[in-house]
Amino acid sequence: MAHLQAHAVKQITEIVNRYKDEKTPLMMILESIQSEYGYIPLEVQELVSELTGIPVAEIYGVVTFYSFFSLTPKGKYVIGVCLGTACYVKGSQLVMDKFSELLHIKAGQTTEDGLFTLDALRCIGACGIAPAISINGTVYPKVDPGKVKGIIDSYRKLEEEAK
Amino acid sequence: MEKITTEKQLVEKIEHCGSCLKDKFAGKDGKKHLVVCGGTGCISSHSDEILERLETLIKERHLEDIVTVNRVGCFGFCSQGPFVKVFPEDRLYRAVKVSDAERIIEEDVVNGRCIEDLLYVDPSTKEKVERQDDINFYKKQIRIALNGCSMINPEDIEEAFGNGAFKGLMRALKMSQQEVVDEVLKSGLRGRGGAGFPTGRKWQFALNQNSAEKYVICNGDEGDPGAFMDRSILEGNPVGVIEGMMIAGYAIGAHDGYFYVRAEYPIAVARLRKAIEDLEKVGLLGDNIFGSGFSFRCHIRLGAGAFVCGEETALLNSIEGKRGMPRPRPPFPAVKGLWGKPSIINNVETLADVSWILREGADKFASIGTQGSKGTKVFALGGKVNNVGLVEVPMGTTLRELIFDIGGGIPNGKKFKAIQTGGPSGGCLTEKDLDVEIDFDTLVARGSMMGSGGAIVMDEDNCMVDVAKFYMEFICDESCGKCSPCRIGTKRLLEILTKITKGFGTPADLEDLQELAEATKSNSLCALGQTAANPVLSTMKNFPEEYKAHVVDHVCPAHVCKAMLTYVIDPDKCKKCSLCARNCPVNAISGEVGKTVFSIDKTKCIKCGLCLSNCRFNAVYKK
Amino acid sequence: MALVNIKIEGKSYQVEDSLTVLEACRKCGYNIPSLCSFMDGRCSLASCRVCLVEVKGARGLVASCAYPVNEGMEISISSPKATAARRTSVELLLSNHQKNCLQCEKNGKCELLEVSKMVGARNGKYLGVQTKATLDEVAPGLVRNTGKCILCGRCIETCKQLQGIGILGFENRGFKTIVSPAQNRSFADSPCMQCGQCVLVCPTGALMEHSEIDKVDQAFKDGKFVVCQVAPAVRAAIAEEFGEKIGTNGTGKMIAALHRLGFNRVFDVNFGADLTIMEEGNELIHRIKNGGVLPQITSCSPGWINYMEYYYSDIIPHISTCKSPHTMQGAITKSYFAETHNIDPKDIYVVSIMPCTAKKYEKSRKEMEVNGVRDVDAVLTTREIARMIKRVGINWNKLPEDEQFDQDLLGQYSGAGVIFGVTGGVMEAALRTAYNVLTGKEYGPIVFDNVRGLAGVREASVDVDGTILKVAIASGMANAKILLDEVRNGTSPYAFIEIMGCPGGCINGGGQPYVKPIFLPNEDDNILETYKQKRASVLYSEDERQVVRQSHNNPDIIALYKNYLGHPLSERAEELLHTHYEAHRERFPNKK
Repeated sequence: MAHLQAHAVKQITEIVNRYKDEKTPLMMILESIQSEYGYIPLEVQELVSELTGIPVAEIYGVVTFYSFFSLTPKGKYVIGVCLGTACYVKGSQLVMDKFSELLHIKAGQTTEDGLFTLDALRCIGACGIAPAISINGTVYPKVDPGKVKGIIDSYRKLEEEAK
Repeated sequence: MEKITTEKQLVEKIEHCGSCLKDKFAGKDGKKHLVVCGGTGCISSHSDEILERLETLIKERHLEDIVTVNRVGCFGFCSQGPFVKVFPEDRLYRAVKVSDAERIIEEDVVNGRCIEDLLYVDPSTKEKVERQDDINFYKKQIRIALNGCSMINPEDIEEAFGNGAFKGLMRALKMSQQEVVDEVLKSGLRGRGGAGFPTGRKWQFALNQNSAEKYVICNGDEGDPGAFMDRSILEGNPVGVIEGMMIAGYAIGAHDGYFYVRAEYPIAVARLRKAIEDLEKVGLLGDNIFGSGFSFRCHIRLGAGAFVCGEETALLNSIEGKRGMPRPRPPFPAVKGLWGKPSIINNVETLADVSWILREGADKFASIGTQGSKGTKVFALGGKVNNVGLVEVPMGTTLRELIFDIGGGIPNGKKFKAIQTGGPSGGCLTEKDLDVEIDFDTLVARGSMMGSGGAIVMDEDNCMVDVAKFYMEFICDESCGKCSPCRIGTKRLLEILTKITKGFGTPADLEDLQELAEATKSNSLCALGQTAANPVLSTMKNFPEEYKAHVVDHVCPAHVCKAMLTYVIDPDKCKKCSLCARNCPVNAISGEVGKTVFSIDKTKCIKCGLCLSNCRFNAVYKK
Repeated sequence: MALVNIKIEGKSYQVEDSLTVLEACRKCGYNIPSLCSFMDGRCSLASCRVCLVEVKGARGLVASCAYPVNEGMEISISSPKATAARRTSVELLLSNHQKNCLQCEKNGKCELLEVSKMVGARNGKYLGVQTKATLDEVAPGLVRNTGKCILCGRCIETCKQLQGIGILGFENRGFKTIVSPAQNRSFADSPCMQCGQCVLVCPTGALMEHSEIDKVDQAFKDGKFVVCQVAPAVRAAIAEEFGEKIGTNGTGKMIAALHRLGFNRVFDVNFGADLTIMEEGNELIHRIKNGGVLPQITSCSPGWINYMEYYYSDIIPHISTCKSPHTMQGAITKSYFAETHNIDPKDIYVVSIMPCTAKKYEKSRKEMEVNGVRDVDAVLTTREIARMIKRVGINWNKLPEDEQFDQDLLGQYSGAGVIFGVTGGVMEAALRTAYNVLTGKEYGPIVFDNVRGLAGVREASVDVDGTILKVAIASGMANAKILLDEVRNGTSPYAFIEIMGCPGGCINGGGQPYVKPIFLPNEDDNILETYKQKRASVLYSEDERQVVRQSHNNPDIIALYKNYLGHPLSERAEELLHTHYEAHRERFPNKK
């Protein structure tokens, strides 16, 4: 099993200590780690288990219960397709399918090059501009399957330019 | 702002802020005031950049003395956003772009001219409407839970005081705990989060418990994938909700309150956090607030993406750092709740209503609404309706008013088919239900429920089997997995629905569907499972013919279920332009430009629909 | 406790108000099927939804395992709605269950199967895809098959509440939910003590012991000299496997059956227990006299040792270096016995019959061998040996009751050895011998009453000719923690501590027959509260029947030391009978 690097141990210990005055702070600890690192691998959970005394199976159970927590790192660009009802009745499933087809990944997965993660979202509150998608927080209004390729290409281009 | 340590100081503060705000709206200070919508919907359409641009322009042109600009909470009319409103004229600009900022400053602020093309156009009369209240969408609304939203700056507690915040709490603290509970009972307020349990009765149970430690929890884990009123309330007027929580705390004898808010609502959380911090700074949260002897602290806990945590006991488990799996009841949370202590869990909208009720009086609240359901309800109107957004209407408003008067009817001249209320836990209502006065009981009687107030309109292009499958997919995904009827039952229901939408259904599947749906309802542990099958049961009840078409004729009448439809080009309408063929990803369309009409090879077609969306002559259709 | 008046099926009853509907109905003679509730209702997640009944006035159906009775309550078990609901819940569980029932080792003791019969589950209802299953057969002690798991959560609660560990938890959500160690790892890769308490509560075949019957079969087939040795606690429970009441002494019939299974020798691990006392008792005295590390802690429970290496490896110097009785006996069988009979130790195959799943793990530890010869080759649980007996059609009822263990060098044992099988037994046996070693006399009353009992943590002071010896006993890790933390902090006031991995000791080991009220219609209602006591009584009365009641007076033990080992803690004894421990640190690098 991989050992955690010393600075990670320090940082996670700090996060755990941050909430030591809170009752039952596990969710808060995990949320902080998730936003800090983008994912919560088992090694980190084991450290949290040691620091809090909560069995690691229980922590793992919590991490795998809530969709906000991730066991693996997410892609550079996280594409969230809203599958809220308002978007769905306006065809967002087709948009999702198109992303899935073009990126060769299913919802919840990340492309092999680590560039894109495809997520299904539940209502991002952009019902007025349905179907909506969000990429790293930027919302794209009224997306139809025909626009999908262009959107993906724009990010690929961005990457190439960066190179 | 200095610390407030006495009631007198608080009264003076509220009065002062009240007249400030009033003057501002009336333009008595001789300035113009711009407010920009800062709700999530509008922010995603760049309203923050509009605000920034306006601020920059004002600064550049040294207009600080004649105009202010402010961010406010959600206007509700999301399909028309982003909004900029101008006081004192009460002029509403909609669909504003960043590039419009200059015109607003130049033409409106400096030259006092109304920018006509930014005004709302009534689709029926084609007339431009300048004032917000004259727009049909707003005409039938009464803002109680949404009061302050789109009026005040949610990040400025002084504006909240100006809007009357803490008046209700001050009144409550002069009453006995029992009197406060009685006041809420008298108002007839029922929980806005789902089942509509009388709020006062919930409080009474908790008040009756003899415990030094009790908790108030605000349920902001809005999970219905099509409802966002709780988020808008928290974003638009967080102080109102905090005040409601404090009143509840006083009433039952709690000194700590927990907000449980979805992590997906960063703006709401940030504004709530700021409001709590600001109130702590001025001594209105903490020990012995304004010398009243009442102590109360607010805490925030974030949900982490689990619909089931909207269920009270699952929410408690989540705060306790566990998997959000519901607990059996009894014991009820009012007896044994958070950390085993008596707790009440109230929804955001409910607490917003509470502060209004204590401020304005139970009678005033009870004067609105129907016999069994008092006050107003916020609906998130969405789907196939012209005016998408948040609407707060009195209980007893009819669906027809909601969909056609406020919602502006169905777009593109399509026919209304159904409206789903109550989200995944609710059911669909149809043409025959349009004149029902909406309240908790009438909706249940009609096979749906109020839920948190999601209202998704569907037109003739929506397949009801597909809609049922959509909700079942959602529930199946969100089932916590604890109890077997929900964990396995919803999976089996989904499998049957999938089979039907794929064209392999048989009449026997409908029997299984019915039996299993009913069993899931009666056997499940918590409300999520008990209501999981409602969309199936209600669509089966209301659209038996549509189900039958799927399993007997293997046809999807709405042309939604891919497996049972084909794309066809009408040779009479085809203009031989080849646009469809060029867009076809699998080369399934053949024809010669300008010479022959185009046709689709069914064996190659993957039914992606690109030909249909690209054809300019409506020559492509589904069969 | 107040009484309330309730009606069940229209008949009036008076029951205690603290009961759940399920308990009240059972008391009144109505067995409502249930799968997730256990520990006599002390744990009710209300998740299986198999115990639904109708209660007048309640909203919807009521999960009887979690719903308290109240005055005037009217309960209907037989209403059409409730009957249908219970059936559907079971049918749904079955639709996501690996149904190879005919080949399943749990068949006959499967609560799901029994409940399916009770509710009349229909064939082929609601079939569909099943949750992706994991089969973990890596750990020597336990096997986990999530394809048979119904997610009742009993194992999770047991591990957490009884052992204070929490190896198992729910993982994922909804239909993908499974019960597993973190990240669905094997028990072998988790800090699991393999005590098997989870197996005891599992209603289906999802958690089982790792069977070694095949290995034993192979040994017979290979023509090995197969020696079996039976742990003391097995005789206190094995009769239950053949339908006898809990608390029946099965010694004679068990020996008869083992003879009929063809074992070349049938020995009693009580001999090994006596040997352990000789070594461990002298080790204790040595520590006391020479200022060694105290308290000394027993080492005969392999579950406990495994636990210690994961969680309390800093107190290793406190742990007795003695191997456990069966590995000691295995080592002696393959040396002293083999040499005396001139058999090549490689041709001897030692099968331990144990109430324990952790012994399976223990015997596979790399230290448990001498000169490349394994101490013990296979470990069978009480349940497995019962299966072997049944397999060849031996009729338990017709077996003679008076057959004896083979009297061949390792055949005799003392009463002290017998009581090893119950919590406090090792302590008492050690005290009987230590008293003799320290004073040169026998302890008059023989029995040390103050170390007996089933309480989780006990302490006692023993007067050894004026010297007060403070001792403590704990069983179950949640209880043991209290004593262990004192040891860790250097505040432990005791000289000697006995720790047993399973609550109650070996009589309640993870390899013992299942105690499931659903299969025990002739036992008392409160059998879950009394079975440990009943099994313990078997051992205590067996002790009383013995002429020799102290380990040091066992003639075969005396002969062994005289002819082979020399004296306790001798060099040869150290080589054969002692071991060492290691922290599992390298596998859990973040552990302090």
